Amino acid sequence: MTPDLECSALTKRFGDTTAVENVSFQVPPGSFFSILGPSGCGKTTIMRMIAGFLEPSEGDIRIKGKSVLNVAPNKRPVNMVFQHLALFPMMNIAENIGYGLRRQGMDKTQIARKVDEALDRIGLPGIGNRKVDELSGGQKQRVAIARCMVLEPDVLLLDEPLGALDLKLRERMKVELKSLQAAFDTTFVYITHDQSEALVMSDNIAVMNNGQFEQMGSGQDLYYRPESAFVAGFVGDTNRWQGKVTRKEGDAIELVTENGLTLRGATHGRDLGDGQQADVFVRPEAIRIAHDAADLAHFDNRISGRVTSLLFNGAASRILVGSEDGREEIEVNLPQSGEFSSIAKGDAVHIGWASDQGNCFKAGGN
Amino acid sequence: MRTEAKVGLGLLLTPLLLWLSLLIFIPHVDMFIVSLQERIGVGKYQTSLANYLTFFQEPLYLWTFLRTAVMSILATLMTLLIAFPVSYYIAKMVKGRLQSALFLMCLVPFWVSELVRTFGWMILLRETGIFSNLLQFVGLADGPVEMLYNDGAIMLGLVYTSMLFMVVPLVTTLESLPDEVIEAGYDLGGSGLSVLREIIIPHAMPGIVSGCIVVFMLSLGNYLTPTMLGGKESLWFTELIYSQFIVRFNWELGSAFGFMLLILSSAIVWGMLKLTGQSLEKTMG
Repeated sequence: MTPDLECSALTKRFGDTTAVENVSFQVPPGSFFSILGPSGCGKTTIMRMIAGFLEPSEGDIRIKGKSVLNVAPNKRPVNMVFQHLALFPMMNIAENIGYGLRRQGMDKTQIARKVDEALDRIGLPGIGNRKVDELSGGQKQRVAIARCMVLEPDVLLLDEPLGALDLKLRERMKVELKSLQAAFDTTFVYITHDQSEALVMSDNIAVMNNGQFEQMGSGQDLYYRPESAFVAGFVGDTNRWQGKVTRKEGDAIELVTENGLTLRGATHGRDLGDGQQADVFVRPEAIRIAHDAADLAHFDNRISGRVTSLLFNGAASRILVGSEDGREEIEVNLPQSGEFSSIAKGDAVHIGWASDQGNCFKAGGN
Repeated sequence: MRTEAKVGLGLLLTPLLLWLSLLIFIPHVDMFIVSLQERIGVGKYQTSLANYLTFFQEPLYLWTFLRTAVMSILATLMTLLIAFPVSYYIAKMVKGRLQSALFLMCLVPFWVSELVRTFGWMILLRETGIFSNLLQFVGLADGPVEMLYNDGAIMLGLVYTSMLFMVVPLVTTLESLPDEVIEAGYDLGGSGLSVLREIIIPHAMPGIVSGCIVVFMLSLGNYLTPTMLGGKESLWFTELIYSQFIVRFNWELGSAFGFMLLILSSAIVWGMLKLTGQSLEKTMG
């Protein structure tokens, strides 16, 4: 099957700086693809190249197999939902949604019918005569999507459209966007710096840093099997230490952190040798907590210490454990069973984790 | 409201009220009263509408009146046509230092008095002026060409004088239009022309209207430019008022003319607002 969108060896240089370097990816029809990266990593540049507002320095962009490099933005079969939505304030909602159809020269009655259909689809029937500034943030969001979707684009680009919404609404819109994508059955390409938006909605995610793709895969791939230190640190919360490898046995390695703590981790097939500097990443939820050291006997990393701080956040509550020698502080998820609900600052606890949960990377890779 | 607060508010409003009453209200009332006086003998006056009747009965006055209005409207439209692309370029196409530099370049001519600027145009346009010499030098003209003292010269002067007052409101409103919105216009299939018509112009409408009002008023009430560039035959309504007051010493008729000009400009501005569906509050707010 031809992918809806295919970028090959896409590169964009602004003077001496390379904003996007040799990026290639394919987005299969009907899927939700996200590009996740910190601000300034070049993700917006990719988006603008696909939409046609920027010309790539090298590489090709193909939509449904056809190169669109020499096609003007208003002729490309892609539409974009802008960061601040960019609804036209001088038009009412129906005119906003009908704008693209009017440009196609469709007759009035047909436009009116299509606009009504679109409004029904986004669950806001009958608001066609309202003004843009009479809508709430979430409603504007949906109108911005409907405005693109009436044109039936091959690919819909979304440039951090949830950024301006408050947290509660953002959570709801994540679910809603996903179901709108299913309802319209269109390919979505979504860019964001918010990992939870990418993880919740996407079929596939590309993590981007410094103009390059670090890793591409499903949310689970990125979360559980990061391929680079950047991905391990950027996707999800994690404890991170730097240390020197002191022993290596197949995949398993032992290293001593700068503060003298000995940890065991796994390289998961990556090249990492004796005496090299390495980064270890351990997720807070991979660490088990116990009152009794004996409960943790089967783990090869065991630390005893005291609770230095309690970070209560409902289901996502955590504690910070200071190791007994006071050298390191480790973030640990509290289990949901309520077993540790009475834990308090200063309590003695034991923590442990399996060495294969400690993802090791060669240091220097960010 | 407490007494002190009332006194405070009163004191704060005093300069404004003084300004409005002393410089605007009282002179106008006085002028209106003068315009209703008809001289019936030496030093003898009676109240009547005779001055206004003179205005409507004398074709030259009416003709000058209409001519001034039509030419001011034309000058306003031309200023708008020239200033819009300039403003769009300054507001949207360039960024940073170049933007400020270009904006400053629009402003610089206004540091020089209008009189000097108009003389500048006279030096360029007169028979022995630079343009005339240039045309002869290139061989496009056989003898000296007089470009002053015609309607074209007046128009040129009016547009040049008014430019800044159109550019400033236009740049301000255009700058407030996010680039995203223009891009969205293209992204959804709009061509340059339709984006201009459906997005940029509707957004810039308050700026266009306020710029037009200011430029129109300035042109209508301009005395210097039409007199200097148009010569003594230029027939600008302000010249008629001037000659009634200063040359003919007929303050009564001059006042009536002044009032007619006020009514005319108000009527045209009101009509323009109605025509474009704008309100004064929206434009000035």
